[in-house]
Amino acid sequence: MFRDREAALAEGLPEIAAPLTFVQASAHVDSEYPLRPRPGEPWFGSGRDPGEAHPALTRTLHAEQHFEYHRPLVVGDILTWQVIPGRSWAKQGRRGGELVFTDFVVEFRDADGKLVITSRSVSVETSTSPRSS
Amino acid sequence: MTTGFRVGQTFQKVLVEDLKRTRLVQYAGASGDFNPLHTDEVHARDVAAFPGVFAHGMLTMAMSGTLVSDVVGIANVRRFGGRFLAQVWPGQTLTAHLEVTEVEQHVRGGTRVEFVLSTRNEHGDEVFRGTATAVLERGRSA
Repeated sequence: MFRDREAALAEGLPEIAAPLTFVQASAHVDSEYPLRPRPGEPWFGSGRDPGEAHPALTRTLHAEQHFEYHRPLVVGDILTWQVIPGRSWAKQGRRGGELVFTDFVVEFRDADGKLVITSRSVSVETSTSPRSS
Repeated sequence: MTTGFRVGQTFQKVLVEDLKRTRLVQYAGASGDFNPLHTDEVHARDVAAFPGVFAHGMLTMAMSGTLVSDVVGIANVRRFGGRFLAQVWPGQTLTAHLEVTEVEQHVRGGTRVEFVLSTRNEHGDEVFRGTATAVLERGRSA
C-alpha cells in the first residue's frame, strides 16, 4: 500500500499515500524536539553510567492520540505545522499519586495553506516514575 | 479493501509476533522519537525504574492503523484516534480487532462507517483502544 504507485492510482489517489500516523515523524524536522540527542548537548540516556532522569520527560507518557484527515497525505506533499496549546487537568492515579494530563493540537497544512491533518495529543505526567505491572 | 459494511462486522490482524527490541530502534529512527525509555535498556531499568524498554505508543498505534487502512482503504479514513492503555514489552504478540459500530448511508455523497478498534497482547490485555471513521464514496461502497 505504501510502495506501489499503480495500486495507489487504482484506488483513486493522486500518489502513494502516507501511513495514518506519518505526521508523527515531524519530530525529525522540529528544531526544538527534546527527545533527540544533538552534538555538543547533554543527553540523559546511558553511556558510562545509566544517565539521569529528565526533569519532565522521564515521567511523561503518551496517553492519547487522535488524527483527523481532511484529505489523504500523499507523496510530494510539503507540510508546515502550527501547535495550538491546549489545557492541563489532574486526575488521581490508580496506584496513587497525581496524574497531570496536558493536551495540544497540531494543524498540518499543505503548500496552499489548506488543512491536511489535525492531530490532537494528550500526554500524562506521573508524580512518581510509573513502575508498571 | 472491504465494501458493503454492516454493523457488528469484525476484522482482525496479527500486528507483530514476538516484538523485537530492534523493531523499537527502527521505530525510533522512523519517528524521530529517541526517548531512551524505548531503546536504552540500562536507562529504562536503572533510571526510570521500568522492567526494561517498551514500545513507543505510536508504534502500537501505527501498526493498529494498518488494519484500518487495509479494511477501508487509506483514502477513505477521516478520523483515527485512541488511548494507550498499557505498555507493550519486547516479546509480546499484538492482535488488532476492528468492529463496525455504525453505518450511515448517503451522508455527504457517501457512506459513513464508524469502527471501534482494540489491540491486545497475547495475554488478552488491551494495550490500545480507539475509534476510526471512514467515508466511502458513492459507487465505491455497496
